[in-house]
Amino acid sequence: MRRAEIVTAGVLALMSIYLMWKSTELNVGYITGEGPGGGAWPFWLSGIMLVCTGFIAFNWYRQTSPPSQSTEPFLDGYGKKMLLLVGGGIFGFIALVNIISMYGAMFVFLIYYLRFLGRHTWVLTMTIATLVPITFFFFFEALMRITLPKGMKFLEPFFNYLNTIIY
Amino acid sequence: MMEILGLLNDGLWLSLQPTNLLLIIVGVTLGLFIGAMPGLGSVNGVAILLPITFLVPPASAIIFLAAIYYGAMYGGAISSITLGIPGASTAVATTFDGRPLALKGRASLALITAAIASFIGGTVSNVLFTAFAPPLATVALSFGNPEIFALMLLAFATFVGLGGDDIPKTVFSICIGLVFAAVGYDEISGAPRLVFFDISGFLHGVNFLVLAIGVYGIGEMLWTIDSTRGKITSTDAKMSVKGIVSDAKEGMRRGWKGTAIGSFLGFFVGILPAAGATPGSLMSYGVAKMIARNPKEFGQGHPGGVAAPEAANNSASTGAMLPMLTLGIPGSPTTAILLGGMVIWGLTPGPRLFTDQSEFVWGLIGSFYVSNFFALVINVAFIPLFIWMLRMPFTILAPMIFVLSVVGGYAATQDMHDVWLMLGFGLGAFFLRKLDYPLAPAVLAIVLGPIAEPTLRQSLLLSSGDPSIFFTRAIAGPITVIAIILILLPLFKKIWTKVKSAKAETPA
Repeated sequence: MRRAEIVTAGVLALMSIYLMWKSTELNVGYITGEGPGGGAWPFWLSGIMLVCTGFIAFNWYRQTSPPSQSTEPFLDGYGKKMLLLVGGGIFGFIALVNIISMYGAMFVFLIYYLRFLGRHTWVLTMTIATLVPITFFFFFEALMRITLPKGMKFLEPFFNYLNTIIY
Repeated sequence: MMEILGLLNDGLWLSLQPTNLLLIIVGVTLGLFIGAMPGLGSVNGVAILLPITFLVPPASAIIFLAAIYYGAMYGGAISSITLGIPGASTAVATTFDGRPLALKGRASLALITAAIASFIGGTVSNVLFTAFAPPLATVALSFGNPEIFALMLLAFATFVGLGGDDIPKTVFSICIGLVFAAVGYDEISGAPRLVFFDISGFLHGVNFLVLAIGVYGIGEMLWTIDSTRGKITSTDAKMSVKGIVSDAKEGMRRGWKGTAIGSFLGFFVGILPAAGATPGSLMSYGVAKMIARNPKEFGQGHPGGVAAPEAANNSASTGAMLPMLTLGIPGSPTTAILLGGMVIWGLTPGPRLFTDQSEFVWGLIGSFYVSNFFALVINVAFIPLFIWMLRMPFTILAPMIFVLSVVGGYAATQDMHDVWLMLGFGLGAFFLRKLDYPLAPAVLAIVLGPIAEPTLRQSLLLSSGDPSIFFTRAIAGPITVIAIILILLPLFKKIWTKVKSAKAETPA
């Protein structure tokens, strides 16, 4: 944890410097008759962020913050596995949206999580994995008139059929 | 006064007509679910259902929309408490204590406190609205840019001065939230700003919900699974009539201060043009924490931390109607749409509305009281359903939360870029959370950033770059000074502790 604290402070310091540099694309000073330039607000805020990372590093050196005193690993075996299975699952879910639509991706993700991570029965898994996308479909498309991504072209006939129910 | 009571009586009768009453019940129920859905808030509900209202007379139409508005204000708290994802920006502060309460198995206490505080906040603001509408509108107008910026500064200061967390990490969190809020276009010059790696998705800015859902829906969830090794204790929430009554009593006993602060402060911030219910609820949370006997309990699951923002967001939602009706200036995005609706119905908001269209105005005010009452009843009636949801095994609840997060992240802006950004924020939040970085200030900052920056810049333009403008004006001055004292409070505390320990060590 102690190493992670200083590495994170370093990464955040670099990010602050990048944000300061990026802000200079617009004027960061005071323009007479116009007030502070468009870059001034993010520039100075990023500057404060940089100063904060300095203090975080100082506290790390003095070992005053809890993570800087901790000898525990930042991510143990369980943490890494969890991040891979759960975080990776969400990543896969989002990646599938543009291919098999939001509803299809939801269906696949729910099967993955409920059956393979949660170890629930197939009956429960399939019931939830089917009912949730259907409920979302009618709530968003029919009631709220918000269309969620429909995926690639091969799904068009299927959604056209569902739309005939709504309209 | 008697004249006002007579008019209010007529208004109440109008809103209790069978058609209007039905519209109120339907509106409140719809609003409750729209508000509870992350990514959708009262503004979506009102905007989407606006065309439906052309089928009924204007008075019934605005009663319906006001009921949706009220329902959504109650509904926002539900997902904040049960799922830990704010249903709307107005319910961000409810997450801070509502979620810890739910994790302790006390979701019913949080939900009931939220419902009662919302009801009280709504009632207080209705009374204030009824009695003082025109004079308060004039006070609101005396708030210029320096005053509003001073208020924003105060909101941030309450987080720094009283956070109790690591100060550099808290300040970092606030600043990064404000920088994210600056992404998109510079509002004054119109030039693109902070468009990272020339990705066009950044041109429309970073929606606060993308950060909020990323932090709470993904980051916090990953952190919870990691820190509890997947054995979550939130599933032992129970519900009984006796439990509801005792929770209601406890909620009020421990949350009355928060409710009182939220009701009055929320109303006042709500009436300020451009402010609205979100800053109102965040500031009320900060002030409730400030005056609490033990501020450290806030953030760990204190009913006062649920009561203050919930009373405030309801109170502010009524407050925001005040400048809209009396001056024609909307105080929030939702009231802007309501204003549009009124114009379409042939009504002209402004000082003359109270005399020219008195039946409409008082029907609307009457409907606030009735909607508020029904929102409480309907909300309490649905609490067992929400508790039942929490009793689901975590391996069912967690994927549902992730699905809601992805859909909510998309629905907010309807752009897949934002869904990816949300995942990035979620993973970032998970790592930062593990290192004790407080993330609530970043969410607060991204919400208030779009108000803070233009008011600061316009104030400095007004004073030709002289920052003393924030100290010399009658209203802005004291607020700025209080904010600075609050920011310096941790430093004073440190010096005081050092002096005390030095004295104790000195032999007599």
